[in-house]
Amino acid sequence: MLILQAIAPGPAHGHTIAYVIERRSEDVLLVEHGSLYPALHRLEDRGWIASFWGTSESNRKARYYRLTATGRKQLGVETSRWERVVRAVNQVLRPAEE
Amino acid sequence: MSWIRFLKRARWDQERSQEIEGYLEIETADNIARGMTPADAAYAAHRKFGNATLIREEIYRMNTVTWFESIVQDLRHGLRTMVANPGFSLIAILSLALGIGANTAIFQLLNAVRLRSLPVQNPHELAQIEIVGGNHGMGMNDGPDFGLTRPMWEEIRRDHSPFSGVFAWGEKNIAVGEGKDFQEVPGIMVSGDFFRVLGVEPWRGRLLASDDEHSCPESTAVVGYAFWQSKLGGREIDSNTRLFLDGQFKQIVGVTPPSFLGLAVGKRFDIALPECMPKQLSTNVFEESVMGRLKPGWTLASASARLEGMSAGIMAATEITGYNASTVQRYRQFKLAAYPASNGVSDLRRAYDSSLTLLLAITGLVLLIACANLANLMLARASTREREIAVRLALGAARTRVLRQLLVESFLLAAIGATIGVGVAELLSRALVLSLSREGDRVALFTGTDWRVLLFASAVTILTCLVFGMAPSFRASAADPVTGMRSGGRGMTGGRERFSFQRAMVVTQISVSLVLLVGALLFVRSFHNLMTFNPGMREEGITLAFIGFQKSNLSHDHLEEFKRELVDDVRSIPGVLNAATTTHVPLIGGSWGHGITIGKMDGSANFTWASPEYFETMGIPLVRGRGFSETDTAASQRVAVVNQTFVRRFSNGTDPIGQTLRTHPEPNYPSTVYQIVGVMADSKYENLRDETPPFVIAPSTQFPDQRPNTAMLVRSSLPPEVMADSMKRRLGEKHPDVIVYATSFQQKIQNGLLRERLMAMLSGFFGILAALLGMLGLYGVISYLVMQRRNEIGIRIALGASRGQVVRMVMREAGLMLAIGVTIGAVLSLAAGRAAESLLFGLKSSDPLTLVAAIGLLVAIGALASFVPARRASQLDPMTALRSD
Repeated sequence: MLILQAIAPGPAHGHTIAYVIERRSEDVLLVEHGSLYPALHRLEDRGWIASFWGTSESNRKARYYRLTATGRKQLGVETSRWERVVRAVNQVLRPAEE
Repeated sequence: MSWIRFLKRARWDQERSQEIEGYLEIETADNIARGMTPADAAYAAHRKFGNATLIREEIYRMNTVTWFESIVQDLRHGLRTMVANPGFSLIAILSLALGIGANTAIFQLLNAVRLRSLPVQNPHELAQIEIVGGNHGMGMNDGPDFGLTRPMWEEIRRDHSPFSGVFAWGEKNIAVGEGKDFQEVPGIMVSGDFFRVLGVEPWRGRLLASDDEHSCPESTAVVGYAFWQSKLGGREIDSNTRLFLDGQFKQIVGVTPPSFLGLAVGKRFDIALPECMPKQLSTNVFEESVMGRLKPGWTLASASARLEGMSAGIMAATEITGYNASTVQRYRQFKLAAYPASNGVSDLRRAYDSSLTLLLAITGLVLLIACANLANLMLARASTREREIAVRLALGAARTRVLRQLLVESFLLAAIGATIGVGVAELLSRALVLSLSREGDRVALFTGTDWRVLLFASAVTILTCLVFGMAPSFRASAADPVTGMRSGGRGMTGGRERFSFQRAMVVTQISVSLVLLVGALLFVRSFHNLMTFNPGMREEGITLAFIGFQKSNLSHDHLEEFKRELVDDVRSIPGVLNAATTTHVPLIGGSWGHGITIGKMDGSANFTWASPEYFETMGIPLVRGRGFSETDTAASQRVAVVNQTFVRRFSNGTDPIGQTLRTHPEPNYPSTVYQIVGVMADSKYENLRDETPPFVIAPSTQFPDQRPNTAMLVRSSLPPEVMADSMKRRLGEKHPDVIVYATSFQQKIQNGLLRERLMAMLSGFFGILAALLGMLGLYGVISYLVMQRRNEIGIRIALGASRGQVVRMVMREAGLMLAIGVTIGAVLSLAAGRAAESLLFGLKSSDPLTLVAAIGLLVAIGALASFVPARRASQLDPMTALRSD
């Protein structure tokens, strides 16, 4: 979901995606950048994202990922499911805090 | 699991690793931009990314099918191991190929003779209609498969409610061409519905149908594929295709497909003629095989029940005439029943069924011995691979994975062996079929590889693989890596348990080889008994001839005169010592019996009508009374010479000379009273194996059913092969119309011993093979043992043990295994011998001499096989032995 969201605005390559996620989460979600790749592979396998070889900002060959139509739909589904979960968790947590 | 993804896994692997490279480059570049040194930058990039190889592997795993991938790896590794040990692999593959090949070959024969269905539509619906228990030798018989008379067939054809269609067929040799080109080929006579009910489609033209049946004599015929190819050159069938068959031109209307060889398995028909029904049908000639296709809903049991109900009516309508009351009564009580016919009928099956099953067991045991050898070889090799396996286990390979790896290796060996084996089997079974064929009696069998054969071969392969691969693999994979690594190249020293496994293998081998050796000796001796058996008559130097003079157009009264003339002609050939005509030739199969009454006793005896020279020619001594002379004519008192068995059976201790016997009436053989004038010594009758029956010879002049043909037995000082030619020439010059077939009598008898020869040959071969393999196993294990213990032996020698003591020590080891193996083997062979009992002649399966000889032989070569390594052990140089370890 995070990856889908990261490339929702436009195609990006692995390095960028890793940094986008890291930065947006304000460095909370700090993972080894390598573990991103199996995830990318799996998403591509499911047809949610597509990839192509492109040239990066620094003029290097890099593999770019973009969201497919199914991916965009899936992002919606995943996001609303996540929000439901968050809401539910919050509702459970709040009474305990009160 | 996606196979497409699986196939693209290599491409993806490359893509992703490039991508990872890309990431690292960008990150490194960024780091450098942040002011790091290039080395630090690259290092930091790697750290940020994590373990690149691991990630690549993770992606790879997503794409692959793990179990498949690892099996492919195992296979590849197995192939490499095989190539790395060409000697071992060659021995293993070769012995498996031979073992599996021999098994498959015998199975192919068994399959062809017994299991394979006829190549017709829905063969399982076919049923053969027979008299329950046969016809007890009534009338004239054409073999057990042709048990009904034509009148019976007519009755069944009229009413056959359990069957959607019925047909009848019989066998007959058909004369093709005339004069010099004359040739006899196997033929079948078929009723009109034969091909339609079987569902055989024509290959060319059309097949016989009901219309063909009505014309008598037949004017149409169908030829078999092979005959069409060889004799008609595969030419198209048209209205000009005619053949001169049985004395007249017949129209060939079609060709049967190549797969259809007829309903008699092991035979092939060349020509099928429509059965022509003469007005007057004999009720006592049992020559028809009647079959039907069961209607849906009918089973063999319900059809049999229905047939049984119809039997009384059928028998009453077709009653035999010219017989005495008791025979007619027996006929009336015949019951018909339906028997399965999906495999066709077969003399071959009757003759070879038990032999083939036995041979399959023998080849199976040989394979078992070969497997045991391989298992021992694998074990020995496993100890040299101990290090490899220990390293793999230590590196974290799962035991199951190592086990699988080892099993895959043995499976590879087995599979390659089996593939070659199937090829070997093809050749072997063809050679076997060829060896079953006799002059003028070819065996036509489908021995190809069908699904049953393939199934059998694969089952055998998997079984073999498990037998020889399982134990060594388990043992090797269970090794303790620490011990394995530590003992290194020295090999295990304390493996008492391992030796006991190898010992058990060797003991098994020895006992099984003993069983096979005993079997081989039994069959060889049995065959020897038959070959040297004295049948009570002369076999050597006798030429057997069948002479036909249908074309000479002799009147019935002159036939005997002409036979006399032929005998005189033959006797005038230089080298001929004597010659006689006879109505029946002994020892080549076939019998001729009549019911008789002697005094108050009823019974039956075999009859032959022969010319006076018969006794002298065949060397059958007269014990009492006289033989025949020129004075015994068609007009004089009927006389007979009987054999000793006859006297014992019917004379009750009284003097047989002067007694009379009366034959029971049969069509063409009216009841006749014969006076016994002589007693001849017993001799064998139908074949060498059967007990001598009561047997009567009467003068040929008094034969009631003279025909324009005769058998002649000629004794000569020249070899029968030469004699046969001179006879054909001499008779051909003098009587151009006469057809002569001549051959060696002894050869003809020995042709009848084919099964015994085959069993002796094959079991002998396999017995020797088994003994050799077993001894090879013993030799291998003793050698291995000596090698493992060379340290200890070296110390013993150094401490003053004499060479003799060392040899004795090693030999004791071998002797113990031999003793146990032989004891088990002896018990097993006594038990297994019973299966062979019915195939033996002149000795029992528990024949002590055979058992002792086999044990002696095995112990002798066993001692030799273990003496070689024992001697080697005794010649160890203690210094070298101690130093090397």
